[in-house]
Amino acid sequence: MREKKKYIGSRILIILLGFIYLVPFYILVVMSLKRQNDYTSKWLLPNYFTLENYINAWNSANIPRALTNNLIIMVGVVCLSVFIGAMASYPLARRKTKINNTIYAVIISLIVLPSISISANLYKVMIDIKAIDTYWGIILVITAFSLPMVIFLYTGFISTIPRELEEAAMIDGCNRFTAFFRIILPLLKSSTITVVIFTGQAAWNDYAFALLYLQSPEKQNMTLTISTFFSEYHLELGWMSAGCIINALPLIIVFFCCQKYFIRGLTDGAVK
Amino acid sequence: MKRKREISKSAFHTWKKGMMMNLMYLPALAMMIFFIIFPFMKGIKVSFTDWNGYSQNSNWVGWDNYVRLFRERDMISTILNTLIYGFGSTILQNILGISYALLLDKKLRGSNLVRTIVYMPTMISGLIMGYIWYFMLNYNSGALRDVFELFHLAPGDLLAKGKITVVIIMLVNVFAGTGTAMIFYQAGLQTISEDYYEAARLDGAGGWKCFRKITLPLLIPSIEFNVVLNLIGSFKLFDMIKSLTNGGPAGTTESLATMMYRLYFSREQAGYASALGNVMTVMIVIISLTALMILRRKEVEA
Repeated sequence: MREKKKYIGSRILIILLGFIYLVPFYILVVMSLKRQNDYTSKWLLPNYFTLENYINAWNSANIPRALTNNLIIMVGVVCLSVFIGAMASYPLARRKTKINNTIYAVIISLIVLPSISISANLYKVMIDIKAIDTYWGIILVITAFSLPMVIFLYTGFISTIPRELEEAAMIDGCNRFTAFFRIILPLLKSSTITVVIFTGQAAWNDYAFALLYLQSPEKQNMTLTISTFFSEYHLELGWMSAGCIINALPLIIVFFCCQKYFIRGLTDGAVK
Repeated sequence: MKRKREISKSAFHTWKKGMMMNLMYLPALAMMIFFIIFPFMKGIKVSFTDWNGYSQNSNWVGWDNYVRLFRERDMISTILNTLIYGFGSTILQNILGISYALLLDKKLRGSNLVRTIVYMPTMISGLIMGYIWYFMLNYNSGALRDVFELFHLAPGDLLAKGKITVVIIMLVNVFAGTGTAMIFYQAGLQTISEDYYEAARLDGAGGWKCFRKITLPLLIPSIEFNVVLNLIGSFKLFDMIKSLTNGGPAGTTESLATMMYRLYFSREQAGYASALGNVMTVMIVIISLTALMILRRKEVEA
């Protein structure tokens, strides 16, 4: 009897939690469906139906281009992070020499370094190599800043893979690189999902880097585009809410679908 | 055939000692050196000059920038804000993260959906999360105003109340970040063997005792990881402040990160901004290492 009562409490709490976290999103949806001159309470859905905010935001702010930019940057960052990060983690997890341990420690300590405190001087570097307003520039920067975390996750996972697997492969004629690509990389599937979600999310939502390194309207990403609806001279709350929803929806759908793999990736990996 | 196998086996052993494998981390290392370590080192050098961020000339000024930092009028208030953002967010995110993970770990109906809902804010850019809460909180048309009126409360402009606003921004950051903590704790909980709980139940331990004697000690590695990650994340809080108050009114909600951005790009004082950046880095490193050391002492063998 007591057990059952406890679960009723938990059930209520779960439902409550869901509602509390939905409130801001509900307000966002309501706002995106209201006309600019509609001053009724933000809690009430309008008694008319219009998608004009979505249409206006889509057309006049060139959201398709911003979304394309987002996609290019995200795909670039994710592919580079996974490839370079996994490759780097292999020797760091397997060859524990003094040099490698030091390098690993340095890389991990980079997680702590606040990107903002470096951004001022990084900006100068980016100007010098003519990387401002280029896809490759921002992709390389975001990748570089996500690598410490990626390497941390991958090395943790690689050290749980038994060495015998590669040794057997080497005996069967694999060399050092093919052993990595044929044996290790396929085994990294679940932590790769975690890495993809983390780096993809960071790249998709980036603002601090984009603000500095993507300046022309053709290269702006979604967060920058949305923030232009909110400047001093231009306040389009309805457009903005619509933009926010357009920006968030793809990620939310992806997460809901791979939630299970995401948590499994974390469980199998370093974070225990 | 047999000989060939032997050769490749010995090749494997020489390779194990060899350096070839280290080539694999060179691309990553090169990128981090170029984009992180080099600008960081340069920042240390620049912080001793009066460089304005773009000109060719700059003069060596020694420790002047650092001395000036501590004379800056809003410095103490800004550091205090940063500490509220940093510690407040970390403590709340972890307490809530563990609670949510435990609550949703019971596999009751709707758990997966609610987990996605709680995780949703982390999938939204910090900047946008700030805007969303601006809709909720702003004085003229904020959604929460209707709620306050319903209860005959008049809290005034919540985004212009000094330290109260700082706490509110901190809470928005908690709202946005708890999902990540929850997911990491969820993963941590799944590595704790069910046997421990069964044994404890046989010995007559209740829920709270199980939590304190089994769950919490075995979660220490997850707590370490989360606490450090949250400390780093919230001490450099930037975009949420930018969209909620932009540091204002009159700099009352500024953090070290937004202050640095303002110094570098609006006031064109790159040397001074770099000095601030270095102070911030040292602060984060000291605080997260201390936190790590305290937690390490509590670690147990699983």
